[in-house]
Amino acid sequence: MAQIQPRSSRRRMVRYGVPVAVAGVAAATVGLVPALASSGDPDLPKVSAEELVTKMAKADVEHLSGTVKVNTDLGLPSLPGGSDGGSGGGFGGPHGPGDRAGDGKSEKPDVSPGSELTKLASGEHTLRFAAAGPDKQRVSVLESAGEYSLVHNGRHLWAYDSAANAAWHSTAPKGAHGKKGKGDDAAGPASGVTPGSLTPQQAAQQALKAVGKSTSVTVDGTAKVAGRDAYQLVIEPKGAPESTIESVRIAVDADKGLPLKFTLTPKEGDKPAVEVAYTKIDFGSPDPDDFAFTPPKGADVTEAKPHRGSAPGGAPKAPGGLAGLSGAKIVNESAGDWSKVAKIDTGMPGGLGPAAAGGKSGGGSGEQAQKLLDGFTEKAEGDFGTGRVISTRLVNALLTDDGDLYVGAVTKEGLVKAANQAAG
Amino acid sequence: MSQAETATGGGPPDSRARPARAVWSLGLFRSELAVTFRRWRTLALLAVLAAVPVLVGIAVKIETSDGGSIGGGDEGGPAFLSQVTGNGLFLVFTALAATLPFFLPMTVGVIAGDAVAGEAGAGTLRYLLVAPAGRTRLLLAKFSAVLAFCLTATATVAVFALATGALLFPTGQVTLLSGTSVSFGEGLLRAMAIAVTVALSLVGLATLGLFISTLTNSGVAAMAATVGLLITVQILGAIPQLDEIHPFLFTHYWLSFADLLREPVYWDDLLKNLGLQALYTAVFGSAAWAGFGARDVTA
Repeated sequence: MAQIQPRSSRRRMVRYGVPVAVAGVAAATVGLVPALASSGDPDLPKVSAEELVTKMAKADVEHLSGTVKVNTDLGLPSLPGGSDGGSGGGFGGPHGPGDRAGDGKSEKPDVSPGSELTKLASGEHTLRFAAAGPDKQRVSVLESAGEYSLVHNGRHLWAYDSAANAAWHSTAPKGAHGKKGKGDDAAGPASGVTPGSLTPQQAAQQALKAVGKSTSVTVDGTAKVAGRDAYQLVIEPKGAPESTIESVRIAVDADKGLPLKFTLTPKEGDKPAVEVAYTKIDFGSPDPDDFAFTPPKGADVTEAKPHRGSAPGGAPKAPGGLAGLSGAKIVNESAGDWSKVAKIDTGMPGGLGPAAAGGKSGGGSGEQAQKLLDGFTEKAEGDFGTGRVISTRLVNALLTDDGDLYVGAVTKEGLVKAANQAAG
Repeated sequence: MSQAETATGGGPPDSRARPARAVWSLGLFRSELAVTFRRWRTLALLAVLAAVPVLVGIAVKIETSDGGSIGGGDEGGPAFLSQVTGNGLFLVFTALAATLPFFLPMTVGVIAGDAVAGEAGAGTLRYLLVAPAGRTRLLLAKFSAVLAFCLTATATVAVFALATGALLFPTGQVTLLSGTSVSFGEGLLRAMAIAVTVALSLVGLATLGLFISTLTNSGVAAMAATVGLLITVQILGAIPQLDEIHPFLFTHYWLSFADLLREPVYWDDLLKNLGLQALYTAVFGSAAWAGFGARDVTA
């Protein structure tokens, strides 16, 4: 009724109960629904690791679309200012050394796949992936109010960056087309990066290549990924105390044999360094129009240089940067697969600036630079002389004063040992 | 629960009585609408909102008139700014992206905060309650008027942006974020969908403002509290260390409207945004109802 005075105090209590109940229901929904969705690992028949790996190898899923979340926490040292530019460099993007010459103040924005891949090396990203056969794939990196798309259709590979309104195009030579191998990327033209190399499938295949005597591969229970039942394959280094890698986990779809989730956990810290997982997957055929790309009106189009396709270092990389660098030499062949260290001659003796002077502090500016250097590197000594170690959670690098760079997914001690071997 | 049921069941049956009620509440809503939109303050707020896209459009036009480009394509400025020169329709998206973090919610906060507290402060609330409309009905009418303002405010930004964009820049095929080109008509449809999405994004804050408005007799205090809360939430949302709570802040998915410009549309965040707004509306709407229904109205 039209009342200026409120009703009795008992009814008042009831009234207040309503919002409390609504809030309670809301909190319960928010809290319980994800918990219910992720809990209760599915009950699946037991399989051996070999069976599971075979299943993966036999997996022949050519039509799918889905959303992939990539989460990378490599623990890169943060450099003051402009850290974006250099952070990916150490992990060898698919660029050859000369490719980046035009970087920095280049007039045309660099939208080639390599420069985009380095962005994925840190933080959380959402990707959308669609494939229809070996010749048609599309991957889009969803950015806030922007998108980076990579479309592979037959001989054509297009990249488009909406923020810059710029496109990058590369055409495979005629003969290279149609060569279908394992995985989606066999026919990958140009820089070798195809949309396929960003899926859990590709990441898992890379890790499985490392399987050898030095590796234990086991099946560890089941899980639910993107609403599908999956087996958990665990790959762990055996007898490699110097390796920085604790384990690699791959969730394999129980029905299709497709890897749905890839987790790389380093020994340091419990958070995964790399996690690539489908959050949504659909095995239906995507719309064929999605793979037809014509550069939009007004977009800057960069054509890739035709012969770049055969450049070394074009091998598809696992997102974790497991693969070696181009022109690198493995120095400790005798070591297990997990403790390998690569040596690269940078050809610039002197190492990292003032450190070359053996710690002799020069003027004020030298001291400052020294401090800065100490901030993100560590001194190391051995038979190789002296040098500096740059550490991340996964990959460590040692730059000696002679200009040699040792890189590996091993601890600092392992790196020094390998460098000593190489020197001695 | 059972207590609540018996309470409503055993209460006076005034809620289902007179047939004239439907007409009454329509009239109430209409008068609320008139009260809201006939105010100089409301018109001034809408004028400010309308000025934003016009200013942005003119600034972009002047900056690019010598053939230069905006910002080099990367960071800096609101989203989509660099695409405006290519297609005037993008001014709609730029303007919404520019006003959504602060201007739009601030105006909604002012209107929602003032809705009940302003009446109480001016001493008119008790006369509204003397009329046989009931408190729930009055609150619903107030809420509908605030929702109408959300939609009007967003539409104002969008329409002025569209007019400015069409006047100053070329129109035609629209390039979506995925690099796909669609016709201007479809672009316009998507722009409309975006405007509606943005308006719905503001509903959570509007309900929150209405709730605060029922707590006090001072319109200014309610407005200040609502806008202050908005700023606090925006600040919390910008602190990366608090990313655990970010998905529960009503501002978190606001910029997801850009997902409507992908091909195919990426629905995940859009739906999460709508769900979150519905959650805020349910919780604070019922809280406003409870608080207002049980309150002593003395002014």
